[in-house]
Amino acid sequence: MKKTQFIFIIVFAVVVLVISPFIGSIKIPFSALTDFGHTTIASKIFYNIRLPRVLTAFIAGAALACCGVALQAMFRNPLATPFTLGISGGAAFGATVYVLIAAFLPIWLGPVLFSFFGSLAAAIFIYGLTKLKRGFSVGTMLLAGVVVNFFFSSLILLLQYISDFTQSFQIVHWLMGSIEANGYAKPKIMFIFTAAGVAIIAACGAKLNLMSIGDEIAISRGVNVRGTRKIVFFATSIMVAGVVAFCGPIGFVGLMAPHICRLLIGHDHKILTPASVLFGGGFLVLCDTIARTVISPAEIPVGVITALLGGPFFVWLLIKDNGTANAG
Amino acid sequence: MNQTVIEIENLCFAAAGKAILNSVSFSVSSGQRLYIVGPNGAGKTTLLRCLSRIVGGFRGDIKIKNQDLKSYSQKNLAKILTYVPQSLDADIPFTVHQFVLMARYPHLSPFSVITPNDEKIVRDAMEMTQTDCFAHRIISTLSGGERQQVSIAAAVAQQAEIFLLDEPATYLDYKHQNDIQSLLSKINKTLDTTLLCVTHDLNAAVLNADAIIALKQGRIVFAGSAAEIMNERTLEEIYGKKFQFVCHPLTGQRIIVPDTIK
Repeated sequence: MKKTQFIFIIVFAVVVLVISPFIGSIKIPFSALTDFGHTTIASKIFYNIRLPRVLTAFIAGAALACCGVALQAMFRNPLATPFTLGISGGAAFGATVYVLIAAFLPIWLGPVLFSFFGSLAAAIFIYGLTKLKRGFSVGTMLLAGVVVNFFFSSLILLLQYISDFTQSFQIVHWLMGSIEANGYAKPKIMFIFTAAGVAIIAACGAKLNLMSIGDEIAISRGVNVRGTRKIVFFATSIMVAGVVAFCGPIGFVGLMAPHICRLLIGHDHKILTPASVLFGGGFLVLCDTIARTVISPAEIPVGVITALLGGPFFVWLLIKDNGTANAG
Repeated sequence: MNQTVIEIENLCFAAAGKAILNSVSFSVSSGQRLYIVGPNGAGKTTLLRCLSRIVGGFRGDIKIKNQDLKSYSQKNLAKILTYVPQSLDADIPFTVHQFVLMARYPHLSPFSVITPNDEKIVRDAMEMTQTDCFAHRIISTLSGGERQQVSIAAAVAQQAEIFLLDEPATYLDYKHQNDIQSLLSKINKTLDTTLLCVTHDLNAAVLNADAIIALKQGRIVFAGSAAEIMNERTLEEIYGKKFQFVCHPLTGQRIIVPDTIK
């Protein structure tokens, strides 16, 4: 039905994935690709720096887009994302806590684990609010998200204040959202988290379709709405934790990717979810490639690029829906 | 008219400390068309919402097909019973066909694979409700009457044997009101569907119902036949106003006429 558009999205993701590792301040000759012993610098750069980085960006973008799709369907609101709901904020706080305690309490997968606690705490808070007040309005929900975000960023500021100079710099740099990778350790862990989350959300396709129509319809069609909400919040927390722990709170991908995909291929989550995952991945790779090349050899944090693109997009969404975007 | 499909005993429901339903008890038998009337705020819609488990936290016993409502999984409940809301939201971005197909959800396997059999059931449901002619239009482009037809088409495709209908026709024009009523009657006759219908339209109730229940302030104040409810004293007790009656020219059934206001 929307085959052409879906193929377009696949082609976009593949092309971006293939071309991006070649772009950068140092030229990579094709001969470097077959140099599996990494004897040349170009080959080392390609395999140990650029490729892992591109993969990290792709996985992060895919995860954030997947979260956006699920949350937007569940809240029946195009502005719902892990960022606007404060779930990213929670994860960021968790990771910051770990930066401070890592020196004397190193834990395996510590950053991800602490991010996960943070994102889960934020998700549980938002879930509690949705239970408290039925027929959640756009205004209330966004306001709650702003409050959660504000709360966690104040906590982060507090931690920064009491931390030493190196830690503080580390936190600031990471908070801006940057995708750096050296080898495949990071993308591997992120892949596991993201794959788990995406699988859960993809399996909820039929449920999300019904919930995007309305809770009453979903319930009378036999969807366990409360259970599904819990599952979605859990899956979102996993994915956000994976992304935020390694790349910082990158905003707006979760907002833009699902929306653009909805315009392209419609609202059926059985294809919207995979499409958004691919598009979100490709989109963040593109942003990251821009971030590391425009002022090369220096870099702009990728969060700055996505926010610069996403801010106006957010405003456009608000104006387009006249601020009343299908209130539940 | 045989087996009891819904049995409600002492149903109480309160929201924000205010009692909305107060020891409501009645039962519905298979294939029955039961209309529930009563003034605004009597708890009619809440009753349907309790039955479909859109709201929980009620007290009392509800049995659906001799099984406690609370012991059903949402999915198994949806195989038996469906709720048709007052109207579908105007902003649903799916096509009519997609929407009706989604009503197969309770019958699908966990991986939600749609079989040719599901497709056939959906086709039949759309044919029966005459929604097949606009199958590929987006719901948000339909008129109120068409949306109501689609809502009922989905309920048919869901193959539920009990329909809980909230004002299925009240806000439509005369032709569409008539279309929806005759569609419901057709569904009731050919599929032997039990209809529980909440309405403000007393005439529609007396002309279509097998039995009528009237709620007032969360209590049942009348339960009986169409002929029984159409008398001055009963209606004045329910609505707190006097009514004028005429006889229907074809059936002789007493119906109410609007007051003249000078």
